[in-house]
Amino acid sequence: MNRRKITVGVTGLNNIDSPGPGIPVIRALKESTAFDIRIIGLSYESLEPGLYMHELVDKSYAIPLPSAGSQALFNRLQYIHSVEHLDLIIPNFDAELHNFILLSPQLKQQLNIATFMPSREVFDSRHKSDLPEFGKKYNINVPKSNMIFSIKDLKKIEEDYEYPMVIKGKFYDASIANNHEQAISYFHKISAKWGLPIIVQEYMSGTEVNVTAIGDGEGTCIGAVAMRKLYITDKGKAWAGISLDDPELIDISQKVVENSKWKGGCELEFIKNKKGKYYLLEMNPRFPAWVYLAVGCGQNHPEALVKMALGESVAPFTDYEKGKMFIRYSYDLIVNMDQFEKISTLGEL
Amino acid sequence: MTINKNIAISESGFLFNPSTGDSFSTNPIGKEIITLIKEGNTLERVVEQIHQLYAVDQDTLEKDLADFLYILKINHILKEDE
Repeated sequence: MNRRKITVGVTGLNNIDSPGPGIPVIRALKESTAFDIRIIGLSYESLEPGLYMHELVDKSYAIPLPSAGSQALFNRLQYIHSVEHLDLIIPNFDAELHNFILLSPQLKQQLNIATFMPSREVFDSRHKSDLPEFGKKYNINVPKSNMIFSIKDLKKIEEDYEYPMVIKGKFYDASIANNHEQAISYFHKISAKWGLPIIVQEYMSGTEVNVTAIGDGEGTCIGAVAMRKLYITDKGKAWAGISLDDPELIDISQKVVENSKWKGGCELEFIKNKKGKYYLLEMNPRFPAWVYLAVGCGQNHPEALVKMALGESVAPFTDYEKGKMFIRYSYDLIVNMDQFEKISTLGEL
Repeated sequence: MTINKNIAISESGFLFNPSTGDSFSTNPIGKEIITLIKEGNTLERVVEQIHQLYAVDQDTLEKDLADFLYILKINHILKEDE
């Protein structure tokens, strides 16, 4: 079968102990039966391992940090496009999505580069700080949460919460505080790293289960695969996991994706409490780093995203293999200094 | 008393619950007990069968079986009939 040749830009090449989804997304794309995909890696840092994984990433470019703003990003992408002729970009970091969503129409109109992301309104609606509203709107159980900007705010809301409580950063990081002192310490630690606000969330006990899903933006959930972490790193990241046969969880996830008209990949994090009730803890606005498990289970979500981004219609996946496991491993790449020099000085590799 | 219908058990006695992702391993006697329950045998019949196959006194067998069934129950492998 003739596979259509396309060029796709992918971010999130930080395949580290708290991995970005870039490399798993690329692996999924390389296994596409419909496309022969040239991968352009887009990196923020010279030591992102994906930069040096040449069997997966054909060429890489450094791009400006999200804090540089959308115009700096556009200028850089314009240059990259003049060399590589990108058909599509798949951003994989929460922190960069805002800029990419802003640039999406410009990328399409001026450079003919497709993206496949939710609108800004939908993107913002599932924000950690707006989760209670999101839950109410789509009739999903969510834990109680509040946004705080100072220690004074923390004191104010303490009456409504019981310890332990969860202290969360606006993009990443979460810690369980068992008392007021710990809460203050986590507030400072997380806000120093990710800024304000900090989200205080009711602690839910139970089993954590996750779903990787993809929506077409018109109210159809194209695919959803449920997973339970079997081995967790000290950063709370899955080092091993297994696909689950849980129709109720899939049903809830489909409802979230469909009702919110989610466009693109996402990860839904739930707690199943002792009574078997599901609570949505977070909706991450991009594929998770374990998305390759979905491919292993028979649902290639990144390939489906490419098809939809290029205007093709995709029939929803109806099933997946249960009881499939993923196990991560670390691997030392041996790299010549000239490669590190190239990406560090020229911003290209 | 029934084994949850989606529980998979392999030849080697490895049990997998696909709805929770939990897995367990049991010895050959445990596997035989689960197989007997899966086949629809009553508790009395399970005791009878195991007693015929192994040199064990009735009291020890009943006590060990009760312990084993309790472990199966708390791990959502076995459920009591309603």
